[in-house]
Amino acid sequence: MIAAIFFYLFAILSVISAVMVISARNPVHAVLFLILTFFNAAGLFVLLSAEFLALLLIIVYVGAVAVLFLFVVMMLDVDFAELKAGFIKNAPVGALIGGVVLIELVALFIAHGFEIGASGAVQTAVPSTGSGLDNTTALGLVLYTKYVYFFQAAGLILLVAMIGAIVLTLRHKEGVKRQSIPAQVARNPKTAIEVIQVPSGGAILPTAEGKG
Amino acid sequence: MEIGLGHYLTVAACLFTLGIFGIFLNRKNVIVILMSVELMLLAVNINLVAFSYFLQDLTGQVFALFILTVAAAEAAIGLAIIVVYYRNRGSIDVDDINMMKG
Repeated sequence: MIAAIFFYLFAILSVISAVMVISARNPVHAVLFLILTFFNAAGLFVLLSAEFLALLLIIVYVGAVAVLFLFVVMMLDVDFAELKAGFIKNAPVGALIGGVVLIELVALFIAHGFEIGASGAVQTAVPSTGSGLDNTTALGLVLYTKYVYFFQAAGLILLVAMIGAIVLTLRHKEGVKRQSIPAQVARNPKTAIEVIQVPSGGAILPTAEGKG
Repeated sequence: MEIGLGHYLTVAACLFTLGIFGIFLNRKNVIVILMSVELMLLAVNINLVAFSYFLQDLTGQVFALFILTVAAAEAAIGLAIIVVYYRNRGSIDVDDINMMKG
């Protein structure tokens, strides 16, 4: 009974906040509603006894991805009101395609039924309960043995994403003075000191190319 | 009042449809389009975890973990591309992205 109440709470809140994500006028509000959606989805994961994934969702999405979105939204000085111009014009097309997809999904559920076959039909099933393991331990036992190559590939994907993001956004600004230690060490008296004969009664003004 | 697999699949279907709807609703704003893609990936994750629970099979959770990884990488690369694009053009309007029209 308690589980049902919490399921409906999380489900309704996540759907409402998803509606707000796509309809909010201010993109900062949209990002904040996206965070609320992820929190409610994490609640649904806890109800499905996937505690590790629920906490990972909060750490990865709320802690990293949503903050990244917030940074970009606030960093770019974009007139978001102008970007909302085609909002009403595009709504019928979106409603049509979204409606078609929803009808397809509902028809699939009705045709196939919500009942699933006995898990004995799955030959390579990895049991998730039993033997007193908690969720994190069970996940680790299967992740580092049976799916270890997938795990390595996921790490490689993250490495590629990191290098790609750095390469894309790194730039060298012109006109910024930076310390160059090799150039400083390579200085010797010949290049650093300039001996100038000053005529008596005259003056030497520093030139633009002077060594300073 | 028993919560079955169908309830979770319904929530995931609603979120997925909202993600598709959001892409068409905000066709000019790339940032909201990326957020809609994140919503769709979240719906897929809910499906995988729900099936994992009701089939008593951990494989679904393992693959939800990998989808989480790929979604994070995709968000990072996508936002980096948006930042570079804004630097070059001073706008993130999708309609302006027509240089490779041929």
